[in-house]
Amino acid sequence: MTIKRGFCLVLILLACPGILGIEMPWYQGRIVPIIWQCCYLTLASTSLNMIVGHMGQLSLGHSGFMAIGAYTAALFSLWVWRTGVFLNKDQLVYVFVVFLSLIMAGALAGSVGLLIGIPALRLKGDYLAIITLGFGMIIVNLINNIPFAGMEGLSLGSASSSLYRTGLGFTNYHLYKRLWIPLLVTGGCIWLMERCIGSALGRNIRAIGDDQIGAEASGVDVSKNKILLFGFSSAMAGVAGGLYACFMSSLSTSTFAFSSGSIMSSTFLVAMCVMGGLGSMKGIIMATCSMCVLNYLIGQLGLNSMPGVMGIVFSYPMLVYGVALMAMVLWIPRRKKWGK
Amino acid sequence: MATFIQTLVTGLQMGSIYALIALGYTMVYGVVRLINFAHGDLIMAGGYTLLFVMPMILQVGMPPWIGIFFAMVVAVVIGAITEIFAYRPARKRGGTMASLIMAVSVSMVLQNLAQYLLRVTRTLYGATVKEIFPVGVIIIRTGGQQVSVRWATIITLLVSGVVALLLQILVNKTHAGRAMRAVAEDRDAAMLMGISPDRIVMLAMCLGSALAGIAAGLWFSIYPGTTPMVGANMGLFAFVSAVVGGIGSIPGAMVGGLVIGQIYSFSVSYVSSRLSDTMVFLMLICILLVKPKGLLGVNMREKV
Repeated sequence: MTIKRGFCLVLILLACPGILGIEMPWYQGRIVPIIWQCCYLTLASTSLNMIVGHMGQLSLGHSGFMAIGAYTAALFSLWVWRTGVFLNKDQLVYVFVVFLSLIMAGALAGSVGLLIGIPALRLKGDYLAIITLGFGMIIVNLINNIPFAGMEGLSLGSASSSLYRTGLGFTNYHLYKRLWIPLLVTGGCIWLMERCIGSALGRNIRAIGDDQIGAEASGVDVSKNKILLFGFSSAMAGVAGGLYACFMSSLSTSTFAFSSGSIMSSTFLVAMCVMGGLGSMKGIIMATCSMCVLNYLIGQLGLNSMPGVMGIVFSYPMLVYGVALMAMVLWIPRRKKWGK
Repeated sequence: MATFIQTLVTGLQMGSIYALIALGYTMVYGVVRLINFAHGDLIMAGGYTLLFVMPMILQVGMPPWIGIFFAMVVAVVIGAITEIFAYRPARKRGGTMASLIMAVSVSMVLQNLAQYLLRVTRTLYGATVKEIFPVGVIIIRTGGQQVSVRWATIITLLVSGVVALLLQILVNKTHAGRAMRAVAEDRDAAMLMGISPDRIVMLAMCLGSALAGIAAGLWFSIYPGTTPMVGANMGLFAFVSAVVGGIGSIPGAMVGGLVIGQIYSFSVSYVSSRLSDTMVFLMLICILLVKPKGLLGVNMREKV
């Protein structure tokens, strides 16, 4: 059995209990949220991997595209609900609406990515990192200023409850029953990305990553290929953002801010790529899932009262997580050197 | 007219503080090509130091500006510790990318450590920090309206100008400065000339941290409120200043800081305080697109 088949089998096995409707309280309460989180983070980090790993350029604004995706999907689903297409979330139509919002999320994030890529990708190395950081900050700041989305527009007050009850937000029951949606979407997108890397575009991109001047001399249209890949990667990040909106049922832009310290921020996505080994899909999936589980476990340890000093330390989970990250940096596998 | 002058003065004052912080980014980046995301948190550390030290200093009867030296010492110690225990091993192990992630995690650890050690969740205010500099104001009259300029603002401008000048002399005229430029230009060749890159990186780190300590003193004497996150945003703006001016160049950091300070101040008073981040980053993007190496950076032709 190949690794790919094994991966698919694991995904199907995880989704089965929910589809069949078997009652498993422990699995529902503890494991299902982690699986959701792993799904959208894996999608985000593997999409970033196409830029960092294959194109060899650093992007620090990736969670900006997730923000676009999340807000697009949420607002679109609310709009659809207001037009009266679906009444409750058990209807089959609702599943179509979810998929449609995810597609919208990907499309909008992708087109913004293309637009940003045209000027930004003229730069290389650290300067590209800085300019993408700038675009990421601008996206978050602009979303903050949209009156109907706003800083807390979809997290507090009436808008929040409408997202939770009527829009994209899943209840605990639906998180379990519809677990196949994130698994299918993530699996599908990973397959798409694999195909993309294997295609002519992917080959050109890898050539550019190895040696840009060499690639240009061999007749590769450097800027066109770079911009297309950047757009595709942003679209995938947008889909990841849409999944995040489904999972969270409330949105706040501070999650997507550069220096928020949440696991979603762009720098953590870069960290996941580097931990997994740049350019290696398997490695990054494993690294993302393990970092996600670690984050969750530390949070859980913080909730349970522990004796003495440890209890106080674990009540600041990000402190423990930061130290863990520092330790992990010293264990990074050396795969590919970044920045020539 | 009064609003315009007031905005200009605020911009100058913020800009010169950003410039001081940007100098720290520029020096470290120049030597090791590392964007030190934890640099902003040194200001936070300096701020807390001032908050706790100032009452004692006033009680003992020492001159209040001594507080800045305490902030500098704390910042330098933290900077040196992070360099020895975090950045150096990361550099040896994994190169640029590993150092970058190390910088992010160091920043996270410092912020949360401050929260853990001080058990603070909200802004801490210390009225005594205001007394670092003489409290009075100078009043400028323009056409019937008047603009008040604090002494602290003028001292801020003077201090940052003098510090940048000293730094420029240090980098260009002294032996240590020459070694620093040598490492920045070609690390291996510098090693062959008997320069230890680790020591030079340490020197750059300590100088940068000391500047962060001074910046903390200047900033918190005007806005005496500190949170564990206060450094993150300031650090980001200072970093943007360094890039706008041309990262790696000392006059560039000064120019960049002043430009960013003015843009921030003018967009707050004339556009909207909620859009000020967008304006600053938009400016960064425009400048990078027109001059990819910053305002005073040197465009290097790529060799094959």
